[in-house]
Amino acid sequence: MQIYLPIAEVSVNAFLLLGLGGIVGILSGMFGVGGGFLMTPLLFFIGIPPAVAVATEANQIVASSFSGVLAHLKRKTVDLRMGTVLLIGGLIGAALGVLIFNYLKAQGQVDLLVKLCYVVFLGVIGGLMFIESLNAIRKTKSGKPPARKKHNWVHGLPFKMRFRVSGLYISVIPPLLVGVSVGILAAIMGVGGGFIMVPAMIYLLGMPTKVVVGTSLFQIIFVTAFTTMLHATTNFTVDVVLAVLLLVGGVIGAQIGTRIGVKLKAEQLRILLAIMVLAVCGKLALDLLLMPSELYSVGAAEGH
Amino acid sequence: MRALAFLLVLLSALPALAEEVVLGLSKDTVSIDTSFDGSEILIFGAVKREAPIPDDPRLQVIITVAGPNETFTVRRKEKRFGIWVNTDAVEIDSAPSFYAVSTSTALGLSLNQTEDLRHRVSIPRAIRSIDAPATITDAESFSEALIRIKSQSNQYQLNEGTVSVDAQTLFRTAIKLPAALTEGDYQTRIFLTRGGRVISQYETSIYVRKVGLERWLYKLSRENALMYGLMSLAIAIGAGWAASAAFRMFRA
Repeated sequence: MQIYLPIAEVSVNAFLLLGLGGIVGILSGMFGVGGGFLMTPLLFFIGIPPAVAVATEANQIVASSFSGVLAHLKRKTVDLRMGTVLLIGGLIGAALGVLIFNYLKAQGQVDLLVKLCYVVFLGVIGGLMFIESLNAIRKTKSGKPPARKKHNWVHGLPFKMRFRVSGLYISVIPPLLVGVSVGILAAIMGVGGGFIMVPAMIYLLGMPTKVVVGTSLFQIIFVTAFTTMLHATTNFTVDVVLAVLLLVGGVIGAQIGTRIGVKLKAEQLRILLAIMVLAVCGKLALDLLLMPSELYSVGAAEGH
Repeated sequence: MRALAFLLVLLSALPALAEEVVLGLSKDTVSIDTSFDGSEILIFGAVKREAPIPDDPRLQVIITVAGPNETFTVRRKEKRFGIWVNTDAVEIDSAPSFYAVSTSTALGLSLNQTEDLRHRVSIPRAIRSIDAPATITDAESFSEALIRIKSQSNQYQLNEGTVSVDAQTLFRTAIKLPAALTEGDYQTRIFLTRGGRVISQYETSIYVRKVGLERWLYKLSRENALMYGLMSLAIAIGAGWAASAAFRMFRA
């Protein structure tokens, strides 16, 4: 069934969009990532103009994360206090990110920068998670108990705050900084930023994995809602019909994904996410390294 | 008074148009609704003439349909430091978002170079004002790239020999509009040519409009962007909550 999208001004198959939403939704529910880093390139691939894809994706992430957060709130696996600290950082970061984005757009190399960002971040994070999860799985198999978190530099900073749900008593500076950097990257890369925030929360802040997913979704909702409003009022590129189709699939997928996530072990969850992150990274790296079949590309003019 | 008399003399000295177009369209409005998936427009007409049909050279018909003009930036990739990077960019100030040329015989035979330049009929001529920086010596390859890319998505079409002409009087053709269509007035031109020269020209417009929900959403997004953004978020959050609640009920 073909459907014409009023803002994107293209006609696409409605079931294709529902399916894409569903698959990305399952992943989103399982890992607590918004799924934007997968969905945005997929939308480019089916012919949605990039500007519309990025803006609409932000809107869709709000919805898919919302149902995910509801599921997590019910199970009390959201650290609201930590989420709020991360959110304050995130909003500051998103505003900074938009400034950086506009500066680079004026330099005419924003496409390349976005792709390089993807390759570098996905590669580093995916690689680290993969190695770490493999080690963790090997340790549990050999019967040794997993090593307890040691005190590191994070615990020496001032402005300490108690985060009961996470069982942490740490300074607010690291979570604020994590929020800011995720916000910057989210604005530049046009994604929710969960795939960066989740590992940062696990490895940098030492939060328990089960709490990490719900808390990152909580932060993502507000940052992406902010981004959606920025896009809708400045670029007019939010396509609500596209967003609704993606989210109907996505919301159902997220519910299924959350339940799968509960059943899997934390190490298995992490290694799966690592493999997925590395796969997307590899695809983008190949695009940069191999000679494209069409050397030219046509874009709307960026104004005079 | 004397000026009027002069004008009359001048007018009578002009030869009356020997052959003229009488045109019909299967529809002059294309409505884009939610289920829009491209459209086909039938363009047909007749040649009105006062004198007997001149035998030679044969009458040829060229029909062009052009969407609203847009500005495009065409970029070229080059290998730098091992990766493929956009390097050169050329701005094309004005090129139609959609352009179709249909002819009754090969375009080169029905229209000579001078007439093509004057009326901007062929696809390369429809693209104007290429704004290349001085460092780029091969600006044409950028406009060629635009034509190549737009042709692949059927947004630029050269349909040679698709206009059928009966008894040098009746002509008709069908033009396929792709699904990815921009809203606007689509300028439609019909040229009658003999021996490569344009002997008569007729112009009309096909209106491409969004209707219903499409139109409402599009207008709201442009005219009241804040409202539209808040509405999009509300719909997203509402649907997210509703689907989640429905799923819970379904499981219970």
